[in-house]
Amino acid sequence: MKKFFALCLALVMVLSLAACGKKTEAPAQSGDSTATGAVYYLNFKPEQDEAWQALAAEYTAETGVPVTVVTAASGTYEETLMSEMAKSNPPTLFQVNGPVGLANWKDYCLDLAGTPVAGELTSDGFALKDGDATLGIAYVVESYGLITNKTLLAKAGYAVEDIKSFDDLKKVAEDITARSAELGFSAFTSAGMDGSSDWRFKTHLANLPIYFEYQADGIGTTKEIKGTYLDNYKAIWDLYINNSTCAPSELAGKTGSDAESEFINGQAVFFQNGSWEYGALTNGGLTDDDLSMIPIYVGLGDEANQGLCTGTENYWCVNNTAKAEDIQATLDFLYWCVTSAKGTDAMANQMGFVIPFKKAVESPNLFVKIDNAYTAEGRMPVSWNFPTMPSEEWKNGVGSALTAYAAGTGDWSGVVTAFVDGWAKEAALNG
Amino acid sequence: MNLEKALRKWWPVFLLPTVAAFIIGFAYPFVQGLYLSFCKFITINNASWNGIANYAYALQDKEFLHSFLFSTAFTIVSTLIINVVAFAIALALTRSIKGTNVFRTVYFMPNLIGGIVLGYIWQILLNCVLTLLEKPLLSLNATYGFWGLIILMCWQQIGYMMIIYIAGLQSIPTDYLEAAHIDGANSWQTLWKVKIPNVMPSITICLFLTLTNGFKLFDQNLALTGGEPAHSSEGLALNIYNTFYARSGPQWKGYGQAKAVVFCILVIVISLVQLRATRSKEVQQ
Repeated sequence: MKKFFALCLALVMVLSLAACGKKTEAPAQSGDSTATGAVYYLNFKPEQDEAWQALAAEYTAETGVPVTVVTAASGTYEETLMSEMAKSNPPTLFQVNGPVGLANWKDYCLDLAGTPVAGELTSDGFALKDGDATLGIAYVVESYGLITNKTLLAKAGYAVEDIKSFDDLKKVAEDITARSAELGFSAFTSAGMDGSSDWRFKTHLANLPIYFEYQADGIGTTKEIKGTYLDNYKAIWDLYINNSTCAPSELAGKTGSDAESEFINGQAVFFQNGSWEYGALTNGGLTDDDLSMIPIYVGLGDEANQGLCTGTENYWCVNNTAKAEDIQATLDFLYWCVTSAKGTDAMANQMGFVIPFKKAVESPNLFVKIDNAYTAEGRMPVSWNFPTMPSEEWKNGVGSALTAYAAGTGDWSGVVTAFVDGWAKEAALNG
Repeated sequence: MNLEKALRKWWPVFLLPTVAAFIIGFAYPFVQGLYLSFCKFITINNASWNGIANYAYALQDKEFLHSFLFSTAFTIVSTLIINVVAFAIALALTRSIKGTNVFRTVYFMPNLIGGIVLGYIWQILLNCVLTLLEKPLLSLNATYGFWGLIILMCWQQIGYMMIIYIAGLQSIPTDYLEAAHIDGANSWQTLWKVKIPNVMPSITICLFLTLTNGFKLFDQNLALTGGEPAHSSEGLALNIYNTFYARSGPQWKGYGQAKAVVFCILVIVISLVQLRATRSKEVQQ
């Protein structure tokens, strides 16, 4: 009897182990189809996860090709991608953030030159190239600037049209600060330097001095940045931190949602962020009548004709180590996404994207419309140069120095060192 | 007798699942990790040999050395405070006071919350206090970051160590304590001559846990200070993580992996030394 009992126990143990093993082996996709191949998309943008899931389901319903969409948790894309790529069913479709991100993954990227989806791009500038090979294609174009609460600005006695240069912006912001007790709001939302918000300044705001330096030198990337326009970077940063909802010393702990809720609750007029923020702001109760977006003026270039910062750091890459039929299925899926009525509609209306493809549908996103209007007026958009920043480490160094400068525990020369010397050091490390 | 016979026959059935799990979950990844520490790689199944260059880089990296010093200082301070306080609370809660069970539960509870969550909660709390005191916030001052981490880890771990000490204290035979009492030992003498020698097994375990936890500190470090300002509150584990992900290129994964192997050896050596030292003080009951 005992022996039988022991045997049973042993069997249960072995079987449960086998069951565990089996579960992880089972492929994530299901669905019986005649078409071969499957798509596995590792999505970077958590805010669009639901829309991608829905679009994937629709594609499967239409064609029978299974599409799995997995979204990496915010800020963990690189880690997730590394471990997923090592699995026996790696993502067939993933993304990189530009030339620096591509350095990690170029051995895994299929050359997309000549594929139908690459042929749909509106401009060759949206292809991410390494030599002659097209290793990535941009799938969304975004804009950022100073999101403005027009209603509050009017209460302070100004209109968006009054701000046409850095000097105007400074005058308005400082006037609002002087009267903030009476008005009940501040000029800028908190320039939080917590990890959830610091990218707005160490990356997006830092793009402006880099852009103008590249323009002046006629280059598109560099191993050694000169920091020609860092005084302008300082001027706009000073303006942000001294005319904000909180004391500069508190910025080190302020988060992205702090700034967002301050803006939604009408505590500040200006909020540096991008077109991706539109959904959160309208869900928070602001309407198109309240909102506008103006360029970030830093006192450089032809300010009267400066547009929003418009560009991309989201590139699709197709995994060249995937099975041939999966690669084909992925290319078909991408082509469908950017050409079919359902695909383009979902990308514009559900995800709020402007896609750089010929059959794109106009997005209802107000900030995108503003960007189009500016471009139509003949304003020059400021391009996104932060994909050429040498590393995350460089951004972190600049962020750290900006935080210390704001709090008074460091001085501006710390920012200059992190910006200029840090760039050379990190660029050299990239080899 | 019967059981022994059955065991002799059936032992592989009971041992094999554990051994298999150990090999799959520990031995194999460890060996693979060792191999990868000599490679450049992006994904682990596509690595190219890089020789000892990774170790050469890891050992001359100033930030790695700094994080080693930070982790060492952190481990010494946290191990001392956690064990002394946990033992003191355990002594207090093994007396017959009303409500000891409630206190034990309360002290143990922080241990049930994950490190990341605790890190963010304490960041908010400590930053509020620092703001009121008009001092720089946690991420601006490495000293505050260090002590913030100490406070957080003490709060989290004291309860756990306390439970182990309570178990140790309760297992001391009451005859020993009675004998000491009859011989005229005061409570201080009883503590040092009877209680502590008898709870040495618990001390061994608690020291081992706090030492290794101190070196392995990651979640709390990431959430509370993130290594700010400029890597000066960065422990070993966070330094390794940053080596992996802060720059792109396959060589960085190799450097990080080499650091991880150095780190692993370090923790093993230190904990073996500690185990040997405290084991030798254990007494047979």
